[in-house]
Amino acid sequence: MAETPAAILRVEDLHKRFGGVVATDGVSLAVARGEVHALIGPNGAGKTTLVHQLSGALRPDRGRVAFDGTDVTAMAFHDRVRIGLARSYQITSIFRKFSVLENMVLPVQARSGSSLSFWRPRAAEAALFDEARRVLAAVGLAGREGVAAGTLAHGEQRQLEVGLALATNPRLLLLDEPMAGMGPEDSERMIGLVAGLKGSISVLLVEHDMDAVFRLADRISVLVSGRVIASGPPAAIRANEEVKRAYLGEEVAA
Amino acid sequence: MRRWTLLAVLALAVAFPLVARPLGWEFYVGFASRIMIYALAASSLNLILGYGGMLSFGHAAFVGAGAYVVGILMAEGVASAWVSWPLAVAAAGALAAAVGAVSLRTRGVYFIMITLAFAQMIYYIAVGMKAYGGEEGLNLPARSSVGFGLDLKDDATFYYVVLGVLIAALYAMHRLARARFGRVIEAIRENETRMEAIGFATHRYKLVCFALGGAVAGLSGALLANQNSYVNPNLLYWTQSGSLMIMVILGGVGALYGGLLGAIALLVLEEVFSVYTIHWQLGVGAILLAIVLYAPQGLAGLLARRRDG
Amino acid sequence: MSGILLLEQALNGLQFGLMLFLLAAGLTLVFGIMDMINLAHGSLYMVGAFLAATFAELTGSFWLAVVLAMAGTAVVGMALEISVLRRLYARDHLAQVLATFAIILIANEGVRLIWGPQVPLSAPPALAGPVQILPGLDYSSYRLVIIAVGLAVAVALYVLVTRTKTGMLVRAGASNREMATAMGVDIKLLFTLVFGFGAALCAIAGAMLGPILAVQVGMGESILILAFVVIVIGGIGSIRGALVGALVVGMADTIGRAFIPALLREFLPPQFASALGPALASILIYVLMAAILFWKPQGLFPARG
Repeated sequence: MAETPAAILRVEDLHKRFGGVVATDGVSLAVARGEVHALIGPNGAGKTTLVHQLSGALRPDRGRVAFDGTDVTAMAFHDRVRIGLARSYQITSIFRKFSVLENMVLPVQARSGSSLSFWRPRAAEAALFDEARRVLAAVGLAGREGVAAGTLAHGEQRQLEVGLALATNPRLLLLDEPMAGMGPEDSERMIGLVAGLKGSISVLLVEHDMDAVFRLADRISVLVSGRVIASGPPAAIRANEEVKRAYLGEEVAA
Repeated sequence: MRRWTLLAVLALAVAFPLVARPLGWEFYVGFASRIMIYALAASSLNLILGYGGMLSFGHAAFVGAGAYVVGILMAEGVASAWVSWPLAVAAAGALAAAVGAVSLRTRGVYFIMITLAFAQMIYYIAVGMKAYGGEEGLNLPARSSVGFGLDLKDDATFYYVVLGVLIAALYAMHRLARARFGRVIEAIRENETRMEAIGFATHRYKLVCFALGGAVAGLSGALLANQNSYVNPNLLYWTQSGSLMIMVILGGVGALYGGLLGAIALLVLEEVFSVYTIHWQLGVGAILLAIVLYAPQGLAGLLARRRDG
Repeated sequence: MSGILLLEQALNGLQFGLMLFLLAAGLTLVFGIMDMINLAHGSLYMVGAFLAATFAELTGSFWLAVVLAMAGTAVVGMALEISVLRRLYARDHLAQVLATFAIILIANEGVRLIWGPQVPLSAPPALAGPVQILPGLDYSSYRLVIIAVGLAVAVALYVLVTRTKTGMLVRAGASNREMATAMGVDIKLLFTLVFGFGAALCAIAGAMLGPILAVQVGMGESILILAFVVIVIGGIGSIRGALVGALVVGMADTIGRAFIPALLREFLPPQFASALGPALASILIYVLMAAILFWKPQGLFPARG
């Protein structure tokens, strides 16, 4: 069935349970091309579990995930990255012992040919490092190339975190709470970064920071107890009674 | 500073057999060959364990496989090193690929146990091969023949061949560590999940690393069969894997010369202690324990600290 | 393949399996609670056997020797835990493997220094003779007693772990260490006691198997591997798993060794059968372990949630 869907990501009736706990209870949503689609919800709603299933770290019990028309429900984690579906982590997962530049060169290397190369020193491949520097500049880490990633300030680590996903040249970016633990200045920079992606890269943004969400999102889906209780433009969500009851009323803007 | 040390060591190594004869140290030429062979074996484990972070407890099986290939071929009349040594490498590598393909599905202690189990299986198969000596082992009538008018029976000639192989192997490891593959492997050791998340099929790389380590282990086994003119299932027993691991940690896990330093340290220690007592294993055990508890980076770590500090 | 022979081998398997259980129980607890790979567990088994031999000679009573050996080995085990093993809990598995491997080397030579490479240990003379349990089947009364002792310990362990407060603390520690600490358990003391207890169990196995398997330096290594296979099959941290795993391994190994060579001789030419038979029998339990791990990667009864 050939189609060029408007939605770059289509999630259909996803189910996942762990023993007695239902983490994902029939989630369906769609992310349109080029949009920033925010996913919000209280703690424990199952947002990260959902991201795991979309990225391929977990397999759903039931349901379907389609990326740009291709059914990826059973596709391996790393293969999804290869076709343009990348994610960042809520808890920073970088290569702490490597320098910032060494961190960033890895995703670039992953998409630039085979790494089953045993003789030629990687340091000779200037193109990889140039591209890595470009992405570092794009996320605001220019000038920090030589620093050991583990010694970066928290905000900078989060920038690197998102940068690693960005360097895989994705068409859809799953950002899991990129602003976690950030102060106002860092948050502002991250908001600018995500805003800059609009139009070229689609984004599914999981966030608690309501200010960021309402500034960035083209559409918002609200996840409560593993179900999507509302989905639509920000104004509609803000006005939605059920959402207010379940979530927004209790949420403290970051 | 580093380059000069390297050249000095190399010069000493090359000169050693030449000065040994006049000094009456012929025995130590054979001893030095033995050290270098174990250095090769330990370095191959270092590739898997140190660089790759895979705690394989069955490495002796690949060393033994290489040794047995040479032994069996010799028993069947094939004495040429140009045939049996590459075959030893290929066989050990293929074995490692097979073992790795199954074992790498598991993690943590289960991985250790499965590699151990496979090694024990291969040990029992060797014991069961009555046609090739079984438990008694197999005597080799001669060392492999290399042609060019060189006779490996001469300890000095054998020494140079082993030295050449070791240098080539260490150089290859050095290139590998800096190549794309080496960088990927060390990154996988650092954060495997993220490597998958940025698009690397981590399982594939670990498997290749495991197979490469096994292949080089096979080469060391071929040399060992020649060194002893004897192959025996004990080469494959799990405590031999333990000895190799001791060398790796003594020398420095993940350091390029870790295997070499560790082999030198362990074999010299054994030799020194056995002069004083038959209970030399006690001394080795005590030193190993001390290193694990107080100097976990091994000799390479101590040397690095002295250079920086 | 006669039924009598099968029954006899089954009993042998049961006997071996129960002794394996004694080792595996201590090993799985240490691994489950402290997340520590302890290769020196086999050395405690060896020390137990050597101590039993010495006490038997000193006191003239086999059973008294077993009890004294239990106490002595428990002390050795706890001393080892306090002095060395404690520092390894926080380290990675490689460090633990290497350190406990070092302890094996030290223990082997230490025992050799003190006792020599081998000491004799005989079963109590009252149990020297066979007992007729079925017409046509005479079985060693000593082995029957081993089975009885093994079953008694298994039952006692079951009661201890499931019905007493200490047992529940231990199980809590096995499945969630942080929670156990939060509940006020003195973790350090618990670890030491668990270790000492495991050492005592090893001593029973060492002392009881001594007359059958010979008390010699290095006896720990071969049984250690089997014990690890047992706990991997059974599930790390689970006593029930250790029992099931031990019985499976004990039976499979004993019956396999007895019958596989004969079975092969039915189907294969003799030269193949005699070469392949013992090899296959030896690797049977490893194949079993690999197969079980393939279907249940956490073992049969994983304790950790």
